[in-house]
Amino acid sequence: MHDTKDASTKPGEQGHEKVEEEAVRILTDPGSWAKHGSGTDEEGPRSETNGDSDNWKLQPGNRVAVIGGGPAGSLFSQFLLKTMAHLDIDIDVEIYEPRDFNFCGPAGCNHCGGVVSESLIQILGTEGVVLPEEVVQRGIDSYVMHMDVGSVRIETPLQEKRIAAVYRGNGPRQSEPASIAGFDHHLISLARSAGAKVRQQMVTEVDLDEGRPRITCADGHRQTYDLLVVASGVNSALLGLIEKSGLEFKAPTAVKSFVAEFKLGAATIERSFGTSMHVFLLDIPRLQFAALIPKGEYLTLVMLGDDVDQELVESFLNAPEVRSCFPGNRPPDNACQCFPRLNLSHVRRPFADRVVFIGDSGVARLYKDGIGSAYRTAKAAANCVALHGISARDFHYHYWPACKKIAIDNLLGRCVFGFCHLLQKLRFARRSVMRMTVIEQRTEGAIPHMSSVLWDVFTGSAPYREVLFRTLHPFFLGRLIWNLLAANAWKSGRRNRELSTP
Amino acid sequence: MSDLLGRNYQPGEDIVTEGEVGDCMYVIQQGSAEVIRTEDGVATVVDTMVAGDLFGEMAILEHTVRSSTVRAVDPVRALTIDRKTFLRRIQEDPSLALSILDVMCRRVRNLDTTIAHLKHQLAELSANPEGGSPDGSPGENAP
Ligand SMILES: Cc1cc2nc3c(=O)[nH]c(=O)nc-3n(C[C@H](O)[C@H](O)[C@H](O)COP(=O)(O)OP(=O)(O)OC[C@H]3O[C@@H](n4cnc5c(N)ncnc54)[C@H](O)[C@@H]3O)c2cc1C
Repeated sequence: MHDTKDASTKPGEQGHEKVEEEAVRILTDPGSWAKHGSGTDEEGPRSETNGDSDNWKLQPGNRVAVIGGGPAGSLFSQFLLKTMAHLDIDIDVEIYEPRDFNFCGPAGCNHCGGVVSESLIQILGTEGVVLPEEVVQRGIDSYVMHMDVGSVRIETPLQEKRIAAVYRGNGPRQSEPASIAGFDHHLISLARSAGAKVRQQMVTEVDLDEGRPRITCADGHRQTYDLLVVASGVNSALLGLIEKSGLEFKAPTAVKSFVAEFKLGAATIERSFGTSMHVFLLDIPRLQFAALIPKGEYLTLVMLGDDVDQELVESFLNAPEVRSCFPGNRPPDNACQCFPRLNLSHVRRPFADRVVFIGDSGVARLYKDGIGSAYRTAKAAANCVALHGISARDFHYHYWPACKKIAIDNLLGRCVFGFCHLLQKLRFARRSVMRMTVIEQRTEGAIPHMSSVLWDVFTGSAPYREVLFRTLHPFFLGRLIWNLLAANAWKSGRRNRELSTP
Repeated sequence: MSDLLGRNYQPGEDIVTEGEVGDCMYVIQQGSAEVIRTEDGVATVVDTMVAGDLFGEMAILEHTVRSSTVRAVDPVRALTIDRKTFLRRIQEDPSLALSILDVMCRRVRNLDTTIAHLKHQLAELSANPEGGSPDGSPGENAP
């Protein structure tokens, strides 16, 4: 199912092998979970309780379980502990995370492109979360858009690197992680410093024990908590199990995507890709979006689309626009690859009494900035728990609006990506977009109508609503129509070609 | 350092300049910078900023010019935070303003200490116009 090859370990880390093996098996192959894991059909009370009662507020000494130490779980734990400390309420937060993010390869990695968006970088900065040197593999300051009609570089308006390319684990398989620290490792360390306890255990069952959530781990450990936070993403079988547990929960739909790492060496990456992310809008069936992201010694390929498979990967890597980006006109064999699942919908009711679903397990931003939406849902849930309460009603009034906002924006995002898809199909439209962008980028002082729309679509910096409204502005439409005529009537498509690879 | 986040400033380079219109704030990622305020043509260092410190928030909140200059002491890497991004998020999550309040509380506390030092020195000077500590440092009883 998932093409994650054997995980590599670093010397001296054999102690975790058993947990790691199981983590990899179950997390990356939910199919295998069905054979080994256990579900429950037990029904528990799910009253829509009035949130005013003290019973529905965390009290000193209460215990909170967080399943998953990815960005959502770690950020939630950190924010909750900080706010509770402000309120002078001492609680226990335990994060269940079987992965050791210090492993190289799939065992220590939460499989993603590792692009931390411009808006998230700024907000984390405001929150006091500074990403250290060893976490940021490269600061990104521009995008190069590749189409069959040419390539164009889109520069950030500020001439500043505000997008971070990171590794989620400790680098690709068999990498030599001399000075690398993964993003997830950094965030879970911050949660630990804020007072969270991290248990390297896999949760295999969730049920209710007299109205309180109870979890059971792969090693038999069983514990009842006052609050359960599910932040297990969509790449494990846990959500499927919770569906069966009587919590009236329906897991979000997810499709297969693709991530691979190519070892090119720092000098080649610097020369061929620089500090730009390369995005491809190509007319390949089932492909929605693909990007090459330069990091330290490696180049990361991300492909999103309609259930990406090896055949689609091959046709993408064989496209001339892609081959020409690599030295020698040929991508090397990849060092590490996986087909993780990508969340494409939202959970209708990502909460119950004493239970809340955050990050990908609840709702994620469509195609872009999933880490950003993990942050937003984690913060909203932490604020709700600390300041309002932990009943379904509290979550409905104080947590659900944040999720709804993301879900509604995703609907508009579908329109934005619908346009992108159309662009991929229509060559004359591609010519006009290319012409408009090239002229904006070349002309000093030009208003970057198309460039800013593309920038925000590629980087996920602005809500889709804002991007869509900008494209509906009469001035934008006027310029687009003019470029449509100019680029096609005068057949200047070839003149637009600006191979601006760094 | 060139591949990392933010923008690089050389020692002595101004990150923001007093009197300029600004529409963003900054977070220092690496290095240190001093905050310089000019009064009657005399520049005085009023604060020092290190990694993680945030500054320039007044221009975002008040729509005013920069109240002081922030100058890199050693090589500094600083990240810009746009007004639009910040205000958009704060509308969604008002608790984000707490981080700005934290910064402001720290500044008010520093200002209180400085005012108390100055008042104490002034009182000593007016009581004993000939004396006063030669280095201008506050006396032992200063708060
Ligand atoms: C191909 C691809 C590329 C992407 N690229 C980007 C990108 O460049 N930028 C971006 O912002 N977003 C990107 N995303 C989205 C991003 O990866 C997610 O939105 C983000 O990781 C969600 O964070 P999370 O904490 O909710 O879940 P996850 O990151 O999936 O973390 C879940 C954690 O839960 C743990 N867990 C799972 N099951 C159990 C269990 N039973 N017991 C205990 N622990 C468990 C896992 O080990 C994991 O650590 C991409 C997604 C895909 C699929």
